Amino acid sequence: MRRFIVARVVQAVITLLILSVAVFLSVKLTGDPAVYMLGPEQGRIEYEMMRKQLGLDRPIVVQYWDFLTDVLRADFGKSHFLERPAREVLFERFPATIQLAVAAFILAVAIGVPLGILSAVKRDTAFDNFGKLFATLGIATPNFWIAIMLILLFGAILGWLPTFGRGGIDHFILPAFVLGWSAMAGMVRLGRSSMLEVLDSEYVKFARIKGLRESLVVWKHALKNAVIPLLTFSGLTLAGLLNGSVAVEVVFAWPGIGRLMLQGIHTRDFPIVSATVMASGLFYIVSALLVDILYAYVNPRIRYE
Amino acid sequence: MASSTTISPQESTGVLALPRRVLAMQLPWIPLTIVIVLLVCSAFAPLLTPYDPGKTSILDSRTAPGETWEHPLGTDVLGRDVLTRMIYGARTAMFISVVALGFGAFVGSVLGLISGYRGGMLDVLIMRAADAALGFPTVLVAMIIVTILGAGIQNIILAVILTVWARFARMIRGDVLSIKELDFVTFAKIAGLSTPMIIVRHIFPNTVNTMMVVTSLLVGQVILLEASLSFLGLGLPPGAPAWGIMVSEGKDEILHVWWLSLFPGVAITVVVLAFNFFGDWLRDTLDPKLRRT
Repeated sequence: MRRFIVARVVQAVITLLILSVAVFLSVKLTGDPAVYMLGPEQGRIEYEMMRKQLGLDRPIVVQYWDFLTDVLRADFGKSHFLERPAREVLFERFPATIQLAVAAFILAVAIGVPLGILSAVKRDTAFDNFGKLFATLGIATPNFWIAIMLILLFGAILGWLPTFGRGGIDHFILPAFVLGWSAMAGMVRLGRSSMLEVLDSEYVKFARIKGLRESLVVWKHALKNAVIPLLTFSGLTLAGLLNGSVAVEVVFAWPGIGRLMLQGIHTRDFPIVSATVMASGLFYIVSALLVDILYAYVNPRIRYE
Repeated sequence: MASSTTISPQESTGVLALPRRVLAMQLPWIPLTIVIVLLVCSAFAPLLTPYDPGKTSILDSRTAPGETWEHPLGTDVLGRDVLTRMIYGARTAMFISVVALGFGAFVGSVLGLISGYRGGMLDVLIMRAADAALGFPTVLVAMIIVTILGAGIQNIILAVILTVWARFARMIRGDVLSIKELDFVTFAKIAGLSTPMIIVRHIFPNTVNTMMVVTSLLVGQVILLEASLSFLGLGLPPGAPAWGIMVSEGKDEILHVWWLSLFPGVAITVVVLAFNFFGDWLRDTLDPKLRRT
């Protein structure tokens, strides 16, 4: 187990380093900042001085090292568009994204898990068909489109729910549902297949032969075991949600880091881009790492692969 | 099995024999039809519609669907025919899928073949790279690429290649690991064939099934990814006929011009569903080993 964790942590660190190199290069390759900062009347000498001042005359490896140490201190430089340190903006926007992801996660679990389990218990009924349809649609429908259709229905036509910005609890309903949409479908699918597998197992048959009430067999004996794969899937989902939020944040004008990232790209605001990309990359990679370790802990076969 | 070999007279000959045999194959008819319609649309787009997807005509703008026969699905804010743009959008989606998956499958297969056959340090290196590629969310990769190179069709393709190659490499490496232990490979070695020859002539043909299954299962995902990136303005230039862009064009005036966002979204969903079902069928038919829950 310890060997597995060490190997997995090393891999996560390498992935993060690759990400940092990619971000560093993306800044390097898009233009010479010294040129941007000079006025039209300034010449060669000022250019060389500016390069020296910005540290651009040093070897690229040294520059990368500086970038990396800055990133580790969460120092991404000043956003030239917002005229504030990127770190400040990042920390200001991060809670909105986390809140939305958590809300989406709760909705996905609260709707997806019962729907999947019930689908399996009521196999081949109309309810099961609905569950299967929901599970199939969830991976085929783009979330930004669902978002717009729900805005049309609940916002524009019925006028029941607010459709943009952050506010009270009602502001969460539509964006959280849309963000959780595909995760919900995933939980239906996994919940259904895992419950079907358990219901078909020897010990459930034994519990039935023993003469236990069907409700006790299903809800006590089977359910407990069917939930295990769902636990690990949930962990992975939470990580995915944080990154699936760009389109949802854009459609609902949600003030989170997904929208900030897109804004940064469109305005070529590199401090913002590197801050948001590094932050969400870190979050994703660390959550995936934790899920893998949790999974290996629950399922010993994984450790020796 | 006498009963199955008995040939009934109607089946053996005649013009009806072939269609009947095809019908008996239990092909996924609905998904297959949708895929064929999509392919026809992308191949013959200019022949299927009298309009130009980019030509604006202010006088015809905001025609609702069903209002006139000339524009069955209506027109957009600039008077462009929605059905025409959707047909050309199919072309965009298919072009990106075919090129990106083609390259991704090629690069991934070559690396998977080498990784599986050679083993050793090279194998470790390629597989760690694959882990890293799978460890990034695709949207993030696409955003980094767009930051470096700017928006454009080639950058969507690049983003897709960077994420899909690893799936091909992993699956094919797994295949190679078992194939290379088989007798015919040993014989080929004894016969003195060179390593590239063994890989190309004897191992690669046995991985084609896996490659086809992985490809068909990825098409839906690639179409969704392309739509998302186009929607976010990270893909094709604004105004280009792509389903994601069309959805985005309708979003600001959704109450007035609801059809602009509705139809392309339906198209994306239907096409992705069709490819997913088709991929599942192909996997179950070609390679039962790959069946997972």
